[in-house]
Amino acid sequence: MARIIVVTSGKGGVGKTTTSAAIAMGLAKRGHKTAVIDFDVGLRNLDLIMGCERRVVYDFVNVINGEATLNQALIRDKNCNQLYILPASQTRDKDALSQEGVGKILDELKKDFKYIVCDSPAGIEKGAHLAMYFADDAFIVTNPEVSSVRDSDRMLGILSSKSRRAEQNEEPIKEYLLLSRYSPDRVKLGEMLSVDDVQEILSLHLLGVIPESKSVLNASNSGMPVILDEKSDAGQAYADIVARYLGENRPHRFIDDKQGLFGKLFGRK
Amino acid sequence: MSTDSQQNAHQSPILEFKSSTFSVPVLILAGNDVMTIEQQLQEKTQQAPEFFKNSPLVFDLQELNKLELGIDVTELTHVIRKLGLLPIGIRGGSAQQNRQALDLGIPIHSGHIARDGVYAANQPGTGAASTAATPKQQAPEPEPEPELEQVSEPEPPAVTVNTTIITLPVRSGQRIYAAGDLIIVAQVSAGAEIMAEGNIHIYGPLRGRALAGVQGNTEARIFCTDLQAELISIAGNYKVSEDLNSAAHIRPVQIYLQNHALVIKDI
Repeated sequence: MARIIVVTSGKGGVGKTTTSAAIAMGLAKRGHKTAVIDFDVGLRNLDLIMGCERRVVYDFVNVINGEATLNQALIRDKNCNQLYILPASQTRDKDALSQEGVGKILDELKKDFKYIVCDSPAGIEKGAHLAMYFADDAFIVTNPEVSSVRDSDRMLGILSSKSRRAEQNEEPIKEYLLLSRYSPDRVKLGEMLSVDDVQEILSLHLLGVIPESKSVLNASNSGMPVILDEKSDAGQAYADIVARYLGENRPHRFIDDKQGLFGKLFGRK
Repeated sequence: MSTDSQQNAHQSPILEFKSSTFSVPVLILAGNDVMTIEQQLQEKTQQAPEFFKNSPLVFDLQELNKLELGIDVTELTHVIRKLGLLPIGIRGGSAQQNRQALDLGIPIHSGHIARDGVYAANQPGTGAASTAATPKQQAPEPEPEPELEQVSEPEPPAVTVNTTIITLPVRSGQRIYAAGDLIIVAQVSAGAEIMAEGNIHIYGPLRGRALAGVQGNTEARIFCTDLQAELISIAGNYKVSEDLNSAAHIRPVQIYLQNHALVIKDI
């Protein structure tokens, strides 16, 4: 059975697109056929992070409007042949998306793909609503600061009341917490909420902590999902997250200041 | 391309009907002197001006009619609107009062629904149904039968206490309204709002707003294992986070009303 994963947060700039790209690449690298969809119509970014912006011909909105087939619009990733990207349209806005149209595309993708990752736009309006509506699993990306945590909480409320699963009284969406841009040093200084603080407020299953890392910016600039940078702490954090999502038991890292084996070998980035 | 999307716009429906439940305060009148009503209502609204500002309201004339006290609905509506409240329904009115209300564009809610403890007076569907049914109700002019029924059966709601149990966290932005008691076996996040006509029990941190006895039940209480609330209120008497003693944090407490003041006490 295909599973639809929404990567969402409520707040902007917390790392949704970075996470979508990394998770989709991670799942594909492990041999699962994966599609990643950019729901941020009008503020198209995923293709940049995935490094395929120069190969975009048709987009999500074209497919919804029947101006292109899904196969014409899907872009195969250069690094992994199990991964496909469905870019957003840059010239339209969120109103170009319809629930019916999105549902149809997801149904079609489900026949062919194992995982479908939906990169949600910020906010709680139409784009974000449609990105999460059909989801089976939700990755809530949160930064360790109060406004991000509260927005995530709001989004969790929406997931549990406005999604298709909620409306049809099915088993609720599985929710996972991804704490990004985490800096143990700043937690120690009291400048940042700790993992425990965030979990106390959200009471949510922690899938992983992604440390604040230069490698994320480098990866974005070079159009390579950060998970491909196996030496970087953020890349390893995402690899752990994918493994945990697939049911592997891996101890949490990057929560404490202590340098692990990798840290000693390569130094912190 | 553009013609395509225009066609789509024509084909896809742009409206739909959905049934949903809202919580609306009900004004229950026990006296028919409009001057006194205005005075007391003003006092009430001044206690929580933000809460009452432009708030929809249903007025309930059942008690009044039981005491055979007449009231002019037009005058009453005028007073309510003057105080910044927006009447959206009448309940338990006589045939003439209902007609007056309808003339003012105020729908009629059939009072007997409240008997089940389900707060249905605010469901658009029910409202429409009862409005449609009014001509029939008006037929037996002197004392319409449906109202007699309402008057003779106010007892049952007190017996059938309707308890709502919530087991999932109440997240920021969510609102929960219970017609009876409300039990929450999870946390209530900051920015969430829970309301009950009866008591509220929370087994988990309360970080949002909790309003018990919202229909005026001054006996209602709030029980909570970890009080970090933004606001607590019983029958309109409220305290905001700033007035709460942070010492109540992580200790089970109960909150009740004593001489119009909220008392927070350890359990």
